[in-house]
Amino acid sequence: MTTSLDSAALALGDDALVLSQRLGEWAGHAPVLEEEVALANIALDLLGQARVLLSLVGDEDKLAFLREERAFRNAQLVEQPNGDFAHTITRQLYFSTYQRLLYGRMAAGPADGTVGIHEELTALAAKAVKEVAYHQDHAEQWTLRLGDGTAESHDRIQRAVDTLWRYTGELFQPVEGLAIDWRELESDWLASVSAVLERATLTVPEGPRVTAWSAGAGRQGIHTEPFGRMLAEMQHLHRSHPGASW
Amino acid sequence: MTAVTADSQQAYEAVFDAAIAADERIEPRDWMPDAYRATLVRQIAQHAHSEIIGMQPEANWITRAPSLRRKAILMAKVQDEAGHGLYLYSAAETLGTGRDELLDKLHAGRQKYSSIFNYPTLTWADVGAIGWLVDGAAITNQVPLCRCSYGPYARAMVRICKEESFHQRQGYEALLALSQGTPEQHAMAQDAVDRWWWPSLMMFGPPDGESSHSAQSMAWKIKRHSNDELRQRFVDICVPQAESLGLTLPDPDLRWNEERGHHDFGAIDWTEFQQVLKGNGPCNEQRITQRRRAHEEGAWVRKAAGAYAAKHSDQTEDHESVKNDESVKNGEATA
Repeated sequence: MTTSLDSAALALGDDALVLSQRLGEWAGHAPVLEEEVALANIALDLLGQARVLLSLVGDEDKLAFLREERAFRNAQLVEQPNGDFAHTITRQLYFSTYQRLLYGRMAAGPADGTVGIHEELTALAAKAVKEVAYHQDHAEQWTLRLGDGTAESHDRIQRAVDTLWRYTGELFQPVEGLAIDWRELESDWLASVSAVLERATLTVPEGPRVTAWSAGAGRQGIHTEPFGRMLAEMQHLHRSHPGASW
Repeated sequence: MTAVTADSQQAYEAVFDAAIAADERIEPRDWMPDAYRATLVRQIAQHAHSEIIGMQPEANWITRAPSLRRKAILMAKVQDEAGHGLYLYSAAETLGTGRDELLDKLHAGRQKYSSIFNYPTLTWADVGAIGWLVDGAAITNQVPLCRCSYGPYARAMVRICKEESFHQRQGYEALLALSQGTPEQHAMAQDAVDRWWWPSLMMFGPPDGESSHSAQSMAWKIKRHSNDELRQRFVDICVPQAESLGLTLPDPDLRWNEERGHHDFGAIDWTEFQQVLKGNGPCNEQRITQRRRAHEEGAWVRKAAGAYAAKHSDQTEDHESVKNDESVKNGEATA
């Protein structure tokens, strides 16, 4: 039986797991050594969050390696392929701003007017909010450098900002078990991201923040095409040895 | 350096020789023979390059690691390797070279990296075997470097060795889990050890009789032990560990020699070693191509960071966390 704790932990845990997997693909490919360290560091933080969250629901490995695409509850944003560095940074800016605001509210607990958040999630959020503040800062610094760097870097990140915009609306679909003010979260997110984009001399996109039929889709197990391939790679070894321990 | 008269050159040499004889550390501002400097640059750069290229065979399994715990351990390890590369490039820079220059030489094939990283990681067990054997060999090589005569290198090695021994234990533990797992997992572990054993022994370099740099490096106390001495030490450490792992080492001639108090072991295929060094190993082409591609594809990012830093150089914001080609070059120019 799925409880509201399960729903919330799965949504947040899958977000962290899937984005961590994407960032793990960068290892050995980063533009500068410091970014090898930084991207791996962020991936590790996210994997740590995913392990705590999935363990609240059941066995972390069964959940990560034995569910199929339709059972994953992550937002479509985090499953988007890495693309170039600008694409990765933009995905990170959008997501870590969301995570920082969301975890901040969750960590604040009932005093913030939020009620009905499970204690386990509050504890996770209190720890993780420090990590995601670092992630957000990293993404922001790079958004500024790329946006206000060279003409090429400006064009590349503007393209990424525009392309990924349509996956940001889904982040604010209410998640069962997280009794927070999603509208307020969304307007805070918009204000924060817009301010960074403007400082980076970038144009805040005007297009829709959801695709025609995808509002809330990832949270309901409807994903984009690249996701199945990502899972195939992630799960194949575990699935090849049923019941084995590692 | 300005021209030095023959007399003062001799005086400098005497001070240097006395410092080496007294086991004192040579520091960046101290006078040192050109050949000592060149040897250190070559060795430290090769060491740094090995950390960076060495990320590839292991990173190959990050997205496929079979459990979340193992994935986290592997990610942390690959991250540490990038960090070790950074320490080592910094150590090399104290000798008057730049990271960019060293990377350019790596990309052009003018500086080497450890031959071991030209072997492929074909199964998950290879990740464990690399931790146990490759890191084990690296530690055997590197622990004496913590007493190396050049201070910055010795200090980098102290930090690196601590992390490496942690990785080595984790590799051993991963292999043990496989060895004690299902028959398929056990076979996977044995196969990995069979493939990585001899290349690991080659990590200690050519036999003492054929090692071109050894004698001078030992006289300068850069090296403390010969290649063959360290290789023997490594074999003696591995034999009992293999037994407790429940795995065999692929050498029919391996046996305890009571008289020597060491294990005898079979002949290394030095032809293979030479081939790998020459660029004909299984992955030489692939490794250097990936490294070059990452560098080339990242050029626009480094350029952007440089342009941004130049535009905002009058601001007080702290951008120290990100270095790029430009800032390194500027640093060198003003040093």
